[in-house]
Amino acid sequence: MYIYDDYDHQILRERVAQFRDQTARFLAGELKPEEFLPLRLQNGLYIQRLAPMLRINVPYGMINSTQLRRLAHIARHYDKGYCHVTTRQNIQFNWPDLTEVPDILAELAEVQMHGTQSSGNCVRNTTSDQFAGVAEDEIIDPRPYCEIIRQWSTFHPEFAFLPRKFKIAVTGSEQDRAAVQVHDIGLQLVLNDAGEVGFKVYVGGGLGRTPVIGVAIREFLPEEDLLSYLEAILRIYNLYGRRDNKFKARIKILVRAMTPEVFAQEVEAEWQHLKGGYSKLTRAEIERAKSFFTQPPYEILDVPAAQAQLDTLAAEQPAFGKWLQRNVRGHKIPGYAAVTLSLKRTGVAPGDITDTQLEIIANLADEFSFSEARTTHEQNIVLADVKKTDLFALWQKAKQAGFATPNIGTITDIIACPGGDFCSLANAKSIPIAEAIQRQFDDLDYVYDLGDIDLNISGCMNACGHHHIGHIGILGVDKKGEEFYQVQLGGSAGNDTSLGEVLGPSFSAEDMPSVIQKLVDVYVENRTREELFIDTYRRIGATPFKERVYAKVH
Amino acid sequence: MPKFIKDGAVIENTWTLLAKPEGDAAAVAVPVGQVIVPLSVWLAQKAQLQLRQDVGVWLDSDETAAQLGEDATSLPLIAVNFPVFTDGRAFSTARLLRERYGFKGELRAIGNFIRDQLCYLRRCGVNAFAFAREDINLEQAIKSLGDFTEYYQSSVDQPLPLFRRRA
Repeated sequence: MYIYDDYDHQILRERVAQFRDQTARFLAGELKPEEFLPLRLQNGLYIQRLAPMLRINVPYGMINSTQLRRLAHIARHYDKGYCHVTTRQNIQFNWPDLTEVPDILAELAEVQMHGTQSSGNCVRNTTSDQFAGVAEDEIIDPRPYCEIIRQWSTFHPEFAFLPRKFKIAVTGSEQDRAAVQVHDIGLQLVLNDAGEVGFKVYVGGGLGRTPVIGVAIREFLPEEDLLSYLEAILRIYNLYGRRDNKFKARIKILVRAMTPEVFAQEVEAEWQHLKGGYSKLTRAEIERAKSFFTQPPYEILDVPAAQAQLDTLAAEQPAFGKWLQRNVRGHKIPGYAAVTLSLKRTGVAPGDITDTQLEIIANLADEFSFSEARTTHEQNIVLADVKKTDLFALWQKAKQAGFATPNIGTITDIIACPGGDFCSLANAKSIPIAEAIQRQFDDLDYVYDLGDIDLNISGCMNACGHHHIGHIGILGVDKKGEEFYQVQLGGSAGNDTSLGEVLGPSFSAEDMPSVIQKLVDVYVENRTREELFIDTYRRIGATPFKERVYAKVH
Repeated sequence: MPKFIKDGAVIENTWTLLAKPEGDAAAVAVPVGQVIVPLSVWLAQKAQLQLRQDVGVWLDSDETAAQLGEDATSLPLIAVNFPVFTDGRAFSTARLLRERYGFKGELRAIGNFIRDQLCYLRRCGVNAFAFAREDINLEQAIKSLGDFTEYYQSSVDQPLPLFRRRA
């Protein structure tokens, strides 16, 4: 993991002092609310429906046990004893007191954390693959480049008042787990024919009210040109992105208006001025960034013996076997595994986590995974470096703490935004819908038989719940003051990114579990042996699903 | 005479700001004395105005450094306008004027920017700050110029990014 040096600490301390002064001036009436607004947003502070909300960055999802314990302390001392893992790998507190936010930020700064640029019209936290560094299909570890981008984008003087928010994601694996094609900039690490490292650059993707899949504007950007090229894209966007209408201000609208070809030419022309400048990465800097993401001291393990032991335990305890199947995945080091702790237990809002649970995860990370954990954009927690011989012990402890729900990747591993229960933008609630669907699908064997299904819920068209890229996507809509839910099918994140299509008229909240059940029934009745839900949908199309869901009741 | 901030000090403003003309920019009478003219007036009357040493140009947020282009090198003063403080185009324009068009004179922010943008503006090459609002405590505002004393990325005030300076 990246470790701050004196420079990083100094810069962050200066930020905390700046915001402390800004908050004091706001409270004294010297700073108008509309002036304080972007300043507090760029420190992570929203004003929500019921209270302020403070969003803390977890840079590209990496967090250590010290930081987890500090988050637990903040949840307990400044909030109501819990927080929320977001769909962009960040952490949100829902009930902080505005006057205490500078103190919270100061406490976080001590453990190298912050809310810097976690909201507002600026470059946001860079997101990545939760299995970075350990995935078997990884080509290049994206995290050093994420950290280089984090530093470059942090307090960038030119890009703090962009037309709109700006999100960058980086992936380094064959299978894209960072959804790079639905980001303002998506970076895919690649090797060229000469074996050199570079990026395929996507631009103009995004969800929200106008979902768009990004277009590749450059097939190979040499790694040392990363920052100058990003600077060129951001400058073109800052100068020419629309500012007259906030709903048309994202870069995707600019790319579409200019056409991707012209946009790419503009970026290229700008980049010619910048590429030879001081922002060009040095070999030393790339190596320095990489030095923080070296392999932990893995042990040489007796792999066949460990596997045999697991097989025996799984046979004796089917629940453990289920968990191994769903929540544990392979690791590039033989004898190790990556474990996903599920934050999707029925009855708990997806992604919510208590102070005590944060401390338990910190303990589990210390005991089993080199004191590190990762947040995922599916709103779970990953312990990435667990010895196979430790899996049974970890499972027992995770089960006791409520993290061992063996549902990763299934229909009950629902991605959901906080929705109308918290968010002032929402048209409808998300959390009760998620819970009702989880209750509908409470038979685990049945859920396993259904296989991987991404079900994503957003409480409004801002799409924080990524409903466009769920195999089943649910969007909360407001109809004359009543909450209704629109269903979309066929969305997908990853290499085969696709956007879901609206099935038809929306449904009431109480109808939703049975609607989802009918969709699943159509899949089960039509699937071939190998097909997942998304495959069947792509083969048979929307019509059979529509017919079932909208069939007249006689 | 109204005061403003230049190079970290509060001083008197001796320049007059000429508003954008409603009609023909070529027909606008440019007063004598130190005057900052809109880009349109500059472009329309460049032949005459270039002969004077006391004419600066201001760019609105939808006008670019490229429109001024090479003229920047010979001007004593260029101003970048903030119609609203959240319109951040001036940050890019300022950098381009300094870094691409070689502007060495006074680069002045005008309009509705706020005190909390001073540090970033300074980093983008702006060295003078004339707030539209007259109730700003300039002595207090100067403090915001130094909100940060260390930076990660390359900019006008410190072209070397931190990674090239890290011990």
